[in-house]
Amino acid sequence: MKHSDKDVKIKGASDMPEMPASLGSMAHNKTASWRNLKPVIDESKCIKCFICWKFCPDAAIDFIDENTSPKINYDYCKGCGICAHECPVKCIDMVEEER
Amino acid sequence: MKKVILGDHAVSYGALLSRVQTIAAYPITPQTLIVERLSEMTANGELDAIFTKVESEHSAMASTVGSSAAGARAFTATSAQGLALMHEMLHWAAGARLPIVMANVNRAMAPGWTIWTDQNDSLSARDVGWMQVYCQNNQEVLDSIILGYKVSEQVDLPTMVILDAFVLSHTAEGVDIPDIKKVDEFLPPYKPEIKMDINDPRSFGALTSPDVYMEFRYKMQQAMDKAKKVIVEEGKKFGEMFGREYGLIEEYKTEDADTILIASATVASTARAVIDELREKGEKVGLVRIRVFRPFPTEEIIKVLEGRKKVVVIDRNISFGKTGIFFDEVKGAFYNSKGNKPPMFGYIAGLGGRDVTPKVIREIVEDALNKDKPESEIIWKGVKL
Ligand code: SF4
Ligand code: SF4
Repeated sequence: MKHSDKDVKIKGASDMPEMPASLGSMAHNKTASWRNLKPVIDESKCIKCFICWKFCPDAAIDFIDENTSPKINYDYCKGCGICAHECPVKCIDMVEEER
Repeated sequence: MKKVILGDHAVSYGALLSRVQTIAAYPITPQTLIVERLSEMTANGELDAIFTKVESEHSAMASTVGSSAAGARAFTATSAQGLALMHEMLHWAAGARLPIVMANVNRAMAPGWTIWTDQNDSLSARDVGWMQVYCQNNQEVLDSIILGYKVSEQVDLPTMVILDAFVLSHTAEGVDIPDIKKVDEFLPPYKPEIKMDINDPRSFGALTSPDVYMEFRYKMQQAMDKAKKVIVEEGKKFGEMFGREYGLIEEYKTEDADTILIASATVASTARAVIDELREKGEKVGLVRIRVFRPFPTEEIIKVLEGRKKVVVIDRNISFGKTGIFFDEVKGAFYNSKGNKPPMFGYIAGLGGRDVTPKVIREIVEDALNKDKPESEIIWKGVKL
């Protein structure tokens, strides 16, 4: 198994590598907890241009197929709002997160 | 094979014999001869390495960090302003735990513009996490490059091998150049456990939260502690194979000495002659040369200084607003020792390449011998008022 498939939990210095390098996959490092505003796509208005998908700096928008609106991956979306800003028909709403 | 070579070329031979695989080069006097010779060695096929000309010292260390992270035995060299420019990358090399070896030719910092020797360039990089070795002759320079890789690759910290501008860099001395096959036996190829590998990618040096950052720093300190042992062990092994042994400190006529002189680099090699002279006059003086400044040989210093009557430190450097840096470190190391603490005299001499001759050193020791206590924390030697 490649180390990049592993989900690694660290206890302390004794099981850490010498250098600050990942022992497992960064996919397990879910960054959504940083989000204050959550982008929500109104699919009825979406024209499927995929501009949001191109612009998302975290690759947190998934392309399904040409005839389907893209899907936001809320495990990794940090809520920067770039997608909402770039959407030409303004069909992405930034909604406050409830905690 | 014995050759008469410059200190800079002793570095080049050290890198050649260590079979370095990458060299990032940016020229700066008095270091330039090192990379110049290495460029010839790579061009004529003597050395199988990638030689990269970079646009600054910052890039030189960045490139060296990259190739080391990819698993190469990486080398570069610099001096003074160049070392200062790569300062950010020095942290990166140490924090990323890369066993890079770099030669730094001790040159005073500008302004006033200067090319002559003192130690303020390398000592400004005291706290970055690099090991620092101060050499006293060209033979030690060559040997310390090979030893640098041997130690660094075991403790995952970089080594700075330091030689005095001109006094060593541009001075020819007889140097034994060991047989490369014997060096191969001593220094096997570098095989890191973790490296950049496109077939099994990792993130390197990524955002590190307060959860784990402190643990990485703890591990760096542990590595420094381990290095103290490894430096001595490997220095012994080197001695067995090549006939020249190296440690953290070097003692000269200390056994029955009442007064201990502490110095580093070429000031220490000059001081040996002064010790001999003063011994002939009946003065019980001895010399301790600090070879390795990081990790600092605290226990060794305590052991050798305990029970002495006086300690004299010569610094070719200054921490502005405090004292000479070796003096400060020696005092600090000694504070928690048990026995009586001898008075310590801290002299500053030879800044900006002013010669530290046997006469200068003799006058310093005699000055301390004539006094019960130092009159101030810094005693300036030879400053014109
Ligand atoms: S808010 Fe930012 S991170 Fe989230 S999907 Fe939109 S562009 Fe990507
Ligand atoms: S940018 Fe807007 S319209 Fe275009 S695909 Fe994304 S959500 Fe739909």
